[in-house]
Amino acid sequence: MNRDRSPWNWLLLVPIVVPMLPFIYNGAEPRLFGFPRFYWLQLSFVGLGALCAGIVYRKTRKR
Amino acid sequence: MTVELVVFTTLFVVVAGVGFVAAKWRRPATMDHLDEWGLGGRSFGAWVTWFLIGGDLYTAYTFVAVPALLYAAGAYGFFAMPYTVATYPLVFLVLIRLWSVSHKHGFVTPADFVRARFGSPTLALLVAITGIVATMPYIALQLVGIEAVLKQMGLAGDLPLILAFAILAAYTYQSGLRAPALIAFVKDGLIYIVIIAAVVYIPYELGGWGNIFDAAADKFHGKLTLGDGQQLPFISLALGSSFALFLYPHSATAVLASKNRDVIKRNMATLPAYSLLLGLIALLGYMAIAAKISPVDHDPNTIVPALFEKMFPHWFAGVAFAAIGIGALVPAAIMSIAAANLFTRNIYVEYISKDASHADQARVSKLASLFVKLGALVCIVLIAPQFSIDLQLIGGVIILQTFPVVGLGLFTRWFHKSALIGGLVIGMAAGFTMLYLTPNATTHRAHFGGSAFKLGDVSIYAGLLAVALNLAVAAIGTLLARALHVPDGPDATQPDDYFVDRN
Repeated sequence: MNRDRSPWNWLLLVPIVVPMLPFIYNGAEPRLFGFPRFYWLQLSFVGLGALCAGIVYRKTRKR
Repeated sequence: MTVELVVFTTLFVVVAGVGFVAAKWRRPATMDHLDEWGLGGRSFGAWVTWFLIGGDLYTAYTFVAVPALLYAAGAYGFFAMPYTVATYPLVFLVLIRLWSVSHKHGFVTPADFVRARFGSPTLALLVAITGIVATMPYIALQLVGIEAVLKQMGLAGDLPLILAFAILAAYTYQSGLRAPALIAFVKDGLIYIVIIAAVVYIPYELGGWGNIFDAAADKFHGKLTLGDGQQLPFISLALGSSFALFLYPHSATAVLASKNRDVIKRNMATLPAYSLLLGLIALLGYMAIAAKISPVDHDPNTIVPALFEKMFPHWFAGVAFAAIGIGALVPAAIMSIAAANLFTRNIYVEYISKDASHADQARVSKLASLFVKLGALVCIVLIAPQFSIDLQLIGGVIILQTFPVVGLGLFTRWFHKSALIGGLVIGMAAGFTMLYLTPNATTHRAHFGGSAFKLGDVSIYAGLLAVALNLAVAAIGTLLARALHVPDGPDATQPDDYFVDRN
């Protein structure tokens, strides 16, 4: 009956789970623009979160 | 010094003006209704909501305390990053259901929802009190943000602080949620300008980001990543904090003020811009190390204002201080409105005056917002700020205990109301006890020394442990209550209510 049961919603688990896996980002190398990996990779997760939420928004909005 | 003060004062006065004028913005037919004073007419579109939620969640205390934590503790302080990344998808999944059911039934607070969902005024009262108790120290901490800036400008004494808060109280009283919504445009605009300038200009002056990280690495013995024992506390604190954030009443207030579900969904995709900002703000802590900043009065919360003072020209330092100072006003206003709404709806109407009209409710809420702010001020001025910081730590842990009731309650009605009450109380007691038993090795305080509880060989965020216990009690209690045929409350909501929308 409603679009909120869309399977696209599962995509939202990605930006919840990925930042909770320190083995991905807990290191200094490689550096990017002087930033150790610990910092630039975690900052890039912001983009990941925005992307996932953006996709879910587009796929589930009413039209 | 005087240039800064003039710029700061001018911007502050402009914002106060905006706050008073806000009552006339999108003028409603009547302000004597909680939907208008307390939720801005439930009519905010995508832009206003973006500024409002951003202005609400990223507080002055955040701007001051997160860099201070990196400055003092290194990589561990960066927990704010996974925390803020995980928050929005959670809101997307959970609070959007709260929006729908509240829109359908006219709920103003999360406790209103609990009252209807579980048919239990007692459970609603517990949720309301938890919300108020957790919010008060949060408001008090906004004062710590303003105080850090005032200290840097050489304004000693409590009078400027009291004055700033009195003005805030006055326009919140008059304009309700419209005031912070409108001021948030100014606040967030200033913050973006200041932080973008800071992350471009300061690294340039300090010889690049590489140099900044090298200087920080020197301070932390070459290690800018998490140690072995730090990973679990880091992620459990991040995860627990992101759950706690959407359970805070002021998050619900900002979300319920939006016009429809699409506004919320679109914002979950665009609000992460603030998270990026927060990550960069956090790194101001390392810039302060590279710039050899020493805190004023040994108070690490002063390092960001001190960094701005040293690196920026005076007039721009004034703008930066105003950004932090005004940054404190928006969340303080929304939090006090959220707490006032809880008092009005779930204590006053429920227990004191059952047949209060909409006008009565708006009046009580306006008065309650004044008392809430007064309480916060007393905490800071008469009791030590450390008291508020301790309370804030406790606040995060206890608000997390409403997760089974509010968070899971939005998805399932499986839990029995009595079991939820038991879980909530036991979770709170356990959380409080764990924090009490946690010492701090650096400051040698015996109690409330941190949020990571040592469980055998590992440390985990106390709030997360407490909520696990809370859930276990609620689940076992539910099975017991069903087996013993304990009567449960009625559910006033329908499954479809959680998807209702407005165009």
